[in-house]
Amino acid sequence: MQILDRRLNPSGRSLPNRQRFLRRAKALVQEAVRDASAKRGIRAADTGGEVSIPLHGIREPNFQLGAGGRRDHVLPGNKQYREGDEIARPQGGEGGSGSEGAPEGGGEDAFRFALSREEFLSIYLDDLELPDLAKRRLIDASDPAWQRAGYAVSGTPANLSIARTMRNSLSRRIALKRPKPEAAAVLEAEIAALDGKPDQAEQLLRLRAELERQLLRARRIPYIDPIDVRYRRFEPQPRPVARAVMFCLMDVSGSMTEEMKDLAKRFYTLLYLFLQRRYKHVEIVFIRHTHEASEVDEEAFFHSRETGGTLVSTALVEMQRIVADRFPPSDWNIYAAQASDGDNAAGDSQRTGQLLVEHILPACQYYAYIEVGRDGDQGIPGFPRGATDLWRTYEALAAAGAPLAMKKVRHRQDIFPVFRELFAKRGLLDGASA
Amino acid sequence: MNAPVDGGRLLWQGADWDFATLERIHDACAQVATGEMGLEVYPNRIEVISAEQMLDAYASTGLPLFYRHWSFGKHFAQHEAMYRRGLRGLAYEIVINAEPCVSYVMEENTATMQALVIAHAAFGHNHFFRNNRLFREWTDARGILDYLEFARGYIQSCEERFGEPEVERLLDSAHALMNQGVHRHRRRAPDLLSEQRREQERRQHDERMYNVLWSTLPERASAPPSQGETARRRALLQLPQENLLYFLEKSAPRLAPWQREVLRIVRNIAQYFLPQRQTKVMNEGCATYTHHRILHRLHEQGRISDGALLEVLHSHAAVIFQPGFDDPRYSGINPYALGFAMMSDIERICRSPTEEDRQWFPDFAGCGEPMPVLRHAWTEFRDESFILQYLSPHLIREMRLFHLLDDAAAPVLRVAAMHDERGYRRVRQALARQYDPAWTDPDIQVVDVDLAGDRRLILEHAAIDGRLLDEKDAKQVMRHLASLWGYEVLLREVAAAGGATLREHAVGPPR
Repeated sequence: MQILDRRLNPSGRSLPNRQRFLRRAKALVQEAVRDASAKRGIRAADTGGEVSIPLHGIREPNFQLGAGGRRDHVLPGNKQYREGDEIARPQGGEGGSGSEGAPEGGGEDAFRFALSREEFLSIYLDDLELPDLAKRRLIDASDPAWQRAGYAVSGTPANLSIARTMRNSLSRRIALKRPKPEAAAVLEAEIAALDGKPDQAEQLLRLRAELERQLLRARRIPYIDPIDVRYRRFEPQPRPVARAVMFCLMDVSGSMTEEMKDLAKRFYTLLYLFLQRRYKHVEIVFIRHTHEASEVDEEAFFHSRETGGTLVSTALVEMQRIVADRFPPSDWNIYAAQASDGDNAAGDSQRTGQLLVEHILPACQYYAYIEVGRDGDQGIPGFPRGATDLWRTYEALAAAGAPLAMKKVRHRQDIFPVFRELFAKRGLLDGASA
Repeated sequence: MNAPVDGGRLLWQGADWDFATLERIHDACAQVATGEMGLEVYPNRIEVISAEQMLDAYASTGLPLFYRHWSFGKHFAQHEAMYRRGLRGLAYEIVINAEPCVSYVMEENTATMQALVIAHAAFGHNHFFRNNRLFREWTDARGILDYLEFARGYIQSCEERFGEPEVERLLDSAHALMNQGVHRHRRRAPDLLSEQRREQERRQHDERMYNVLWSTLPERASAPPSQGETARRRALLQLPQENLLYFLEKSAPRLAPWQREVLRIVRNIAQYFLPQRQTKVMNEGCATYTHHRILHRLHEQGRISDGALLEVLHSHAAVIFQPGFDDPRYSGINPYALGFAMMSDIERICRSPTEEDRQWFPDFAGCGEPMPVLRHAWTEFRDESFILQYLSPHLIREMRLFHLLDDAAAPVLRVAAMHDERGYRRVRQALARQYDPAWTDPDIQVVDVDLAGDRRLILEHAAIDGRLLDEKDAKQVMRHLASLWGYEVLLREVAAAGGATLREHAVGPPR
């Protein structure tokens, strides 16, 4: 009999199979992730979770008998039936047979399984058509900065500290009085000089013994001993404790459709993911506005319906108030992202621009404006749709040199380029802006 | 290191165990199993694994190493999700029919559970694998692990040479036909060890025999086949042929040699599992009876504490739980329950038979010693014949089995037989038939193909009692079949009695 301990075998043996499965069901999983991420909050984008995909897409068919024909069932647990009794056919089943089908056939029509954080995020970001490098940066959770931290007795050869090792070697050799090669050479020369002089035989013998002793000692005390070896040690350095707050501003008046809100949500989610990488602590503030603005929770932000006109400046005033109240710019990195369909009440643009330039932009690290529209919404053919009020206002500000990122977004894949300007120069996306 | 049987010494105390405990348990079980019960087993190899590894093993049908395919990933995800939501516990063990017999035990198990698992798998299943005629004739316990290694390597090399999508498509098709990829009638004992060598030889032979001159020969004009020709052709192709994968491997005109080899791997593995599908009740019955008996004996000897025995009984009762047909938990007859009940019933008949038992089982009723009877049954029978032979009226009454007839043509279900004098034999027969693959699996055979003509492949499903194939699935499988065959495929469903064509499925050649 043998007992083997297999627990230490590398785990994740089924990983290749899992990857193949995910690839196989890619379209289905992607859709499931899209649904799931629409339901969950922005903060939850960074976790894994269970998704469910329709079973028929990943069926493994085989020949099996279908319903119909004559069947026999032998069942246990008879209570009142007698031979010849007739029993009405149970609803929705084949006979009183319970489930006799294949274990995965019939009843269940959805296939539920859990995705890890990496898988979930990867599929989510895939959907946004992010460049690979940027994607990898976002998915890679451990992004530690390694810092030199003294020396260690173990490590990889690449980290071998030769200077430190040789220093240890030298002090050990001195401490143990390892004979120097020069000393041996001197002895040898003396022996050579005395050799063949019979009157010095005793002296010669003594020198020879001494040489012997020294050579032996040199052999016993190695030039470099394993205990001398030192490696440069590195320690993961915790990311700087920095705080950021992210303001999500959105126009929720009637003209914003669910579709537009979904685009906006994706934009906010992505911004949140980026900020998560850079800051230890990220707060989110949701401000919605119609003709008046208020701070709300995420649920209300995306889902509740409001009616009213549109006054963008109210949101900026609200933001300004919250910043002054809770997030002093000296302690917080402030990011703001505004989503709107571009409508604004006539006459408000002036005030909006002024607020931005004088109060908001100086406090912000970054201000992004995305103007959402329907996919394929190009206005009347032949009459290019004019820029909206808000767009014209912001465009003027940007032209005047205000740090403002702005973009028209009609489709998911338009979202990422907005980030390019922001992060490219900070090194998060180096090389990824192609 | 056989510990002496001294009344008061417990094999373990508490829930913790280490490897020495496992060894003590194994040796104590071995004493009872081989000594008192007279079991013959392969040498045991017990492997301790973690829960995740257990899930891994699940996903690849319990085999320790298997080639890669998305469907295993799917099964893994499914099991994992159910396990995580707490809907399903993990099996305590998995045992592999190999020599040495490999049993996996989970590290989370308590010492008592390990004892249960060792007695169950390392002795019960092991004895069954080694002795049952089906396993002896249909599987090659010595070669299976090496063969799996070869299969995995071979399929990986195919992926490298021909690309993953290509291999995946082929495996999808082969898996769809896996149930039809077995020989149900004995041909020759498998020898998996020689498979690898054979594959190499075949390739070398092809390379040696290749001569570009042959491709320059002018094609001969073909004459219309005569009647005798058709019979000859069918004989040459060994038609009718029930093993579709075998037929495709040998005769499909458009497969490359590596594709044939992959089909061969899939069907060899399907063949390896065939006996397990036919002996579920007996195999589990044998193992459950064995662990029950071994652990009770150890308790009598004072080597297992009362508390541990209660834990054993708790798990044992959960395993052999059989809800009634109208219970929401009912999902078919539990093979553990039926198997264990039948084995215990045989023991009862041997030791203290009633008059009825003497009538029904004159051969062994009252013989006093159940082990020779059980060992004989475990060696010579499969589920169907075992039930037909050994299911007693006593047990039919106890389980309150009844036979329900479900005729799609009739408006209601009818109770055809029940647990009374008139019904015993009929219930027994009907139950046995539920375990007969010839009855439960569709009988599909290749009947004809004109290789010189349009190469249309014709199959027949002999539908018993008008039970036709599930149409949606059949359509998909036919598509797989057509992609392997390369030309049009036609499946006729004919009534087994009478031969009238009931339905046809045709799939055109893949583009």
